[in-house]
Amino acid sequence: MKTIINELLHHRNRSRMLSFALIIGSYLIIEFLMHSIRISRLFTSMLVPCCCYIILALSLNLVVGFSGELSLGHAGFMAVGAFTAIIVSGLSAKMIPDPVIRLFISVLSGSILSGLTGLLISVPVLKLSGDYLAIVTLAFGQIIKSLITNIYLGFDSNGLQLSFVTNELNLEQGKMLLSGPMGATDTAKISNFSSGALLIVITLFVIYSLIDSKYGRAIMAARDDRIAAESIGIDILRSKTLAFVASSILAGAAGALYALNYSTLQPAKFDFNTSILALVYVVFGGLGNINGTIIATTVLYVLPELLRSLQDYRMLIYAIVLIIVMQLGSSVRLKRSMEKLKNRFSKKGVIR
Amino acid sequence: MKKVLCVLLSILCLLTLAGCGKSGNGGNDSDGTVTVKLGGSGPLSGDAKVYGEAVRNAAQIAVDEINASDSKIKFDFRMEDDEADGEKAFTAYSTLYDWGMQVSLLTVTSGAGAAVAASYDEDKIFAITPSGSSTALVYTDSKNFRGNFQMCFTDPNQGVASADYLASYFGGYKVAVIYKSDDVYSAGVYEKFAAEAEAKGVSVVYVGAFTDDTSTDFSTQLTAAKDCNANLIYLPIYYQPASLILKQAFDMAYTPIFFGIDGMDGILTLEGFDTSLAEGVYLLTPFAADAEDDLTKNFVETYRSKFGDTPNQFAADAYDCVYAIKQALENMNYDGNMSSEELYEAMIAQFTSMTFNGLTGSNMTWAENGEVSKAPKAVIIINGVYVSAE
Amino acid sequence: MTFLTYLISGLALGSVYAIIALGYTMVYGIAKMLNFAHGDIIMVGGYAAFYACTRYGLPAGLSILLSVLTCTILGVIIERLAYKPLRQASSLSVLITAIGVSYFLQNSAQLMFGSDTKIFPSILTEGSFRFFDGKLIISYLTIITILTCIIIMIGLTTFINKTKIGKAMRACAEDKGAAQLMGINIDTTISITFAIGSGLAAIAAILLCSTYPSLSPTLGSMPGIKAFTAAVFGGIGSIPGALLGGVLLGIIENLTKAYISTQLSDAIVFAVLIIVLLIKPTGLLGKKENVKV
Repeated sequence: MKTIINELLHHRNRSRMLSFALIIGSYLIIEFLMHSIRISRLFTSMLVPCCCYIILALSLNLVVGFSGELSLGHAGFMAVGAFTAIIVSGLSAKMIPDPVIRLFISVLSGSILSGLTGLLISVPVLKLSGDYLAIVTLAFGQIIKSLITNIYLGFDSNGLQLSFVTNELNLEQGKMLLSGPMGATDTAKISNFSSGALLIVITLFVIYSLIDSKYGRAIMAARDDRIAAESIGIDILRSKTLAFVASSILAGAAGALYALNYSTLQPAKFDFNTSILALVYVVFGGLGNINGTIIATTVLYVLPELLRSLQDYRMLIYAIVLIIVMQLGSSVRLKRSMEKLKNRFSKKGVIR
Repeated sequence: MKKVLCVLLSILCLLTLAGCGKSGNGGNDSDGTVTVKLGGSGPLSGDAKVYGEAVRNAAQIAVDEINASDSKIKFDFRMEDDEADGEKAFTAYSTLYDWGMQVSLLTVTSGAGAAVAASYDEDKIFAITPSGSSTALVYTDSKNFRGNFQMCFTDPNQGVASADYLASYFGGYKVAVIYKSDDVYSAGVYEKFAAEAEAKGVSVVYVGAFTDDTSTDFSTQLTAAKDCNANLIYLPIYYQPASLILKQAFDMAYTPIFFGIDGMDGILTLEGFDTSLAEGVYLLTPFAADAEDDLTKNFVETYRSKFGDTPNQFAADAYDCVYAIKQALENMNYDGNMSSEELYEAMIAQFTSMTFNGLTGSNMTWAENGEVSKAPKAVIIINGVYVSAE
Repeated sequence: MTFLTYLISGLALGSVYAIIALGYTMVYGIAKMLNFAHGDIIMVGGYAAFYACTRYGLPAGLSILLSVLTCTILGVIIERLAYKPLRQASSLSVLITAIGVSYFLQNSAQLMFGSDTKIFPSILTEGSFRFFDGKLIISYLTIITILTCIIIMIGLTTFINKTKIGKAMRACAEDKGAAQLMGINIDTTISITFAIGSGLAAIAAILLCSTYPSLSPTLGSMPGIKAFTAAVFGGIGSIPGALLGGVLLGIIENLTKAYISTQLSDAIVFAVLIIVLLIKPTGLLGKKENVKV
């Protein structure tokens, strides 16, 4: 018993426990509040997208933080997941009336397809390194967006119809699922906060299991010293592929959940800016830092909404906050004084 | 760092939660006037800011005028930023809902509007969009959003009108089309135009598209159009890229007839634009800033003195929206004692039965599905002013 | 003949990309950072020239000079205030700061200059050469753009290889620590790099805005991304690479639009980029760096 408690209180596990406690705790509190007092509409409307961005940022952290590869096209995976989920949900609306099961199937298929896309892309991407890798992920992100913008998909009594680049569909009493730049319209909104919270918990579980596994240690070894890792016989490519695919699956799930939270969605949503946004969340939270990512995503997601009263100066202030936090976070002087402060309060007094 | 973030987070949470329970209805004031909370969202930052700003400014002018007059109806106007994005439009809508919005200008852009159209319907808040021209804002395949109305032409409506006009006035011409394929508005108009043009026998010889990422260089599309001997170029796009197309065509000594739609309005007032390039350009527009009637003159003058720019059709539509709402409220003798649902129903009843005269047209009526009856009119630019082309 | 027209307009577009890419590549080579705010400096350059010329009625030459000066000073200020404190920080923190600076410039421009498009005056030249009875038209501007690009490229190469500052820059790019030991002032060298890169951005701005005369606060973001792509395409850090990458990107973009699809041109351009990088993983002219143990 004592060993179990000790194990739980061990530094590494403590931070893991904290992640789960953070999510489940906030979920319970918010659910309780929603059922007891009247919460502002703004607050409830931000819950699901916030969950989606947390999952997206966590998945990106797997690539950027743990694998050490800069990805600038993560929104592409989100897009694949999102539009797959919309199609699956739209097609199965009559067959599966139950929204919970339909949501589950849609998210699952969205993440599977996104994972397959990730697997396909990982082949060329992981052959490169550094900024060349970054630009190729950017390129794939743009390609995916551009392809989805040109898909016209609808279904009627004759079955599924697809046309590319120009809309040549002639539907008889049918429904358009994707209509080019208009994207999806009239989607049934079946996402909810509970599924979002559950998906974060699953994401955390996946990420922690991956990090603790043989592959996870291999990935981090390769990140810290590629040559040393290779020299002791670690198959870096395989481990990195695993991380990349896992990340794309999770990003796809985030996209699926996101898509089913709105009645319309346009492919243009998943542009370069969204990829950058996710990257900002990850860097703010700290590379490889799971709890930091969750908190940073929430703060940065909520911040622009709170700045609404500033009107036109809103995004300007946001930019300034971004720059200042980066300066503070990396400032050498600040770090030294923080350390001094820490040493003064801690009994041991670390000597360096 | 993490601790700082934690503290920040808890403060933020408290702040958002604190927004609850504040909403209330606008109501009777002591001096016998009634204040109505008028909301709306549009892009007030980012690429599309110019449209959101035009709507906000013009609506503000209308609201100020009404509030300064002896009208019984007064407005409390609030416009939120939605960055022309569905997700942000949703939070903007929620913010307005918490504030207690009673009547709304919906959204400025179609894409953002489509995301919140259903919410307006569910919450029973009457809304009329000045410029969201996609039909997705007022109805979908399966549902008609009863309380959502439009002040501008719908996209299909313009596509049909353009095809009609080309078929009847430019019969033998070879038509090239340049449109923006990743833009809801442009693609929406083009799609309908293409179908109608085929049916009416307009010979379309070349179709070139561009996207947000390739919206500066049009030499390829123009060269190809020239190669196909096109002598009329149809431009279902906004005036900013259109100005580049006109310039680049001029530079390559290519002089077809250019035919734009309502998005072309604004081209003459672009700062620094050589208006001689736009000579002979046809466009469909409901509004001309240099019209001679008093209403337009006053509006344009006020707008110029307050904001320094010349108002475009977005602004004019927004101005009309506010006055149309005022007219409907006056017609029903709104006294502030209605429940929100009663107000919603009464507004729908008014809008589907009343006629409205404004900047962008006279004798406007609205159909059950929310579309306005305005017919797009073609004008031609001669000596830097719009002249009716019919 | 039509093909030639496409090719030449692609060459002009590519030349502008190349000049922007030069700025990216120089900053990357020496400061090892992706300066995402570079595109927005172009935007500032455009507005500076616009206001100098239309509002204050300055002659073309003076407007251009003023624009170059504004950008140079802005570039140095940004470097000093935002990037210098992060010299020791991870490259990602610098990247995010650059993005923050980019947002800052865009939003300030919207507040200061208004969000509506302005049309850039033709301050350089108008008119064109006509060949084959007007079947082939090449505007003077196209020729000026291509020539400017070549001159800048030659000037920059000479500067980097022959002058003392240029040598200091190369030394910094190679090994900052060692360069410092040799008595090179790293901070000054990096500031000079930013000054040159931003000055080039101003020239690119004038050429870009003269060819495509619409000026808006988000003007720089797309050329910025394209130029970044071009820099990587040619091998980031390499000056001839930036030129080659930019020109090729412009030509490929135009030819795809002409012969394959206007809707999918972006997808195709990026697909070509991916294929090139798979064959030459460090870009067309990039150096392969062997990591030593």
